Amino acid sequence: MSKKTTVKPAAKAASKAAQKAASKAKSAVKAKAVVKSAKKVTTKKAGNKSDFGGLSEDLLLRMHDLMVKSRVLEERVIKIYKAGEGFFWIGGPGEEAFGVPLGMLARKGQGLEYDWMHLHYRCTPTMIALGMPMIEAVRLMMNRATDPSTGGRNFAGHYCFPQWNVAPVTSPIEVQYPLACGTAHAQKRAGHKSISIVTGGDAGTAEGDFATCLVWASRKGQELPVLITVQNNGYGISTPYEGQHGETQIADRAKAFNIRSRVIDGTNPVETYIALQEEMDYIRKTGKPSFLEVKTTRLYGHSSADGANRKTDLFDPVMEFEKKLLAAGILNETEVKKIWEIYEEEGIKAQEQARGEPSPAAESVWDHVFVNNENADWRKF
Amino acid sequence: MASVAQAIRMALHYGEKHLGVKDVFGQDVGAPLGGVFTATQGLKTAWNTPLDERGIISMAMGIAMTGDRCVAEIQFGDYIFNTIDLLKIAGNTLWCTNGQVELPMVVMTPVGAGIFGSVYHSHSFDAWASRLPGWKIVMPSNPLDAYGLMLAAIKDPNPVLYLKSKALMRHKGDELIPGEPADEKELKAMIDKPVQNSVGWKARWPDLEEYIVPIGKGKITHAGEHITVVTYSRMVHLCNEVAEKLSHEGISVEVIDLRSIYPYDWQMIKESIAKTGRVLFVNEDTEVTNFGEHLAYRTTQECFYQLMARPRVLAGKNLPGIGLSPNLEKNSVPQHHDIEVAIREVVAEVP
Ligand SMILES: Cc1ncc(C[n+]2csc(CCOP(=O)(O)OP(=O)(O)O)c2C)c(N)n1
Repeated sequence: MSKKTTVKPAAKAASKAAQKAASKAKSAVKAKAVVKSAKKVTTKKAGNKSDFGGLSEDLLLRMHDLMVKSRVLEERVIKIYKAGEGFFWIGGPGEEAFGVPLGMLARKGQGLEYDWMHLHYRCTPTMIALGMPMIEAVRLMMNRATDPSTGGRNFAGHYCFPQWNVAPVTSPIEVQYPLACGTAHAQKRAGHKSISIVTGGDAGTAEGDFATCLVWASRKGQELPVLITVQNNGYGISTPYEGQHGETQIADRAKAFNIRSRVIDGTNPVETYIALQEEMDYIRKTGKPSFLEVKTTRLYGHSSADGANRKTDLFDPVMEFEKKLLAAGILNETEVKKIWEIYEEEGIKAQEQARGEPSPAAESVWDHVFVNNENADWRKF
Repeated sequence: MASVAQAIRMALHYGEKHLGVKDVFGQDVGAPLGGVFTATQGLKTAWNTPLDERGIISMAMGIAMTGDRCVAEIQFGDYIFNTIDLLKIAGNTLWCTNGQVELPMVVMTPVGAGIFGSVYHSHSFDAWASRLPGWKIVMPSNPLDAYGLMLAAIKDPNPVLYLKSKALMRHKGDELIPGEPADEKELKAMIDKPVQNSVGWKARWPDLEEYIVPIGKGKITHAGEHITVVTYSRMVHLCNEVAEKLSHEGISVEVIDLRSIYPYDWQMIKESIAKTGRVLFVNEDTEVTNFGEHLAYRTTQECFYQLMARPRVLAGKNLPGIGLSPNLEKNSVPQHHDIEVAIREVVAEVP
């Protein structure tokens, strides 16, 4: 097992850039400045309105920044897997143009006044947009005791952030859909305008739990404030979408339940941002569900189970968005280079730091079987 | 005296009034029926769900995740099997999240044979349940325990499975629930929905008091010296009756009502075995692989040198179902006679 980072070109470029920079502190300050200016949402509209849907330049920049951060993090985590410093990888490269706007628009916080998120294992872009530091994904990948989601107990991408109402991501496909009805029920009762959001894959919609969600969210007079989304990347592991579905669009299934629905291009962050905003507004206003089928891609295949190698023939939503921003003069090449470098460096540092952190102690297997570590070991009854 | 169904109803009422229960739900749980066994009649927070067991368990998990308390029902234990991986997830959520996400939910379901319910209304679930780490599992045998275990389950911050015997639903105990009127008819007039002209009917609840049966604590229901019989739920009554019968022949049987499957009262079992030197585990779930086998295994590990006879497990036969004909049912799950024979065998065995 390599103890050194195995990052090749990107890492070299990043470390060169870091050397060139007068000091680490200086680059950190710069990084902050890039992010900070991006965070400020002003009313200044982007140059070419038709391309950017009237979204402000600052918003576009923030979106790009988070998409890059998410991509760099995922590639870092794949490298960690390939270096033998993690056991299994699954994640969201290719879903940034959907996941990032989703995380930006969700009302983040703990408790019933805030949105609940029931996400699938490709949700790193959403977590990044919510504000998760890179190190937390790395700790999860490297099964450290410091991993805040699972304490080294579960796979990559299986986040859990109760402080932001992010429900634990589960491995069984599609069970998150009806769970979202449960949190939405409690939210509706509490009378806040908060909603429950659920994400998942296209192949998984064959599971009964998906139908359960449609049934429970749409009962007449008892509709639930759920944003039901399906990320249709065209595959379930190796099984293509064609041949598995009779419906023309997955979104059509919502029609039978009188749930408003549509299909969107999830590789276009502007389209997704606007659509998500509209649907969230509708749900908050009416207390009723809405359904979005989001066409997306799976840039590194299904998971480490099929190699986690880059599919160069697929549309890359991050690079395409970047090209558009460059062409519109909203970003320039130097800024772009800087953003990628900053996050490369953050990823490498996260890996180095996590490597030095402890593994969970063997005897901690008995922790948290029951609340307050009540004895769960029958040998001790 | 209240029946088990009335006791559960009163416990749920106490739960919604004093313990923060906001939802009691399941198929036909709300008005007009109030449950196929009437265990949820008249409750303020009871509502009907779609006919979707997986949806019911998921809903309970989602509600519990927000911190709200709920009690969900699966109409018959026989139909809980298609929720098994959700039960697994509910049981592992706290562990998988390293202690971050608690699921304070109760799932209740009627289980077991004894009502000639045939293949799909006679299943047991205790052995299956015992393989769901992270859950606590209780199985009351009488109304007072049904009440006290339900309050304990509601208060518990962990998921709790409350397995109620179908055959005991109308069983009346001999102890009053604290606050219950002494007169049965008075109780009935207060909390049973009239069969006719029930439009606009509302329950008048007695002024009930908190009464907790701690999860994990058993009870000796028949004291004895010669053999320990460890059982729970419906089988408690059969074992007690056999113990009573055998006492006239000078065979002194100690019956333990375990009340909780997990955690379970090992100290009570161990102390009793130390006294009697003989043990029989009785339940009606299928014999391969049975929760009683775990207890028998543990007995050989920890009490081997105190034993005067081989520990025995008497359970349901390892069959795909329980047939409708009384001849079939009675030859599938333990009956008085089987218990009696097993006790006599163990008592007669000489080391
Ligand atoms: C209930 C269940 N069955 C099988 C699996 C194994 N499995 C993991 S991912 C996957 C394919 C999922 O495809 P899709 O829903 O399209 O989502 P994608 O990963 O393509 O985004 C399968 C079958 C699982 N995790 N859960």
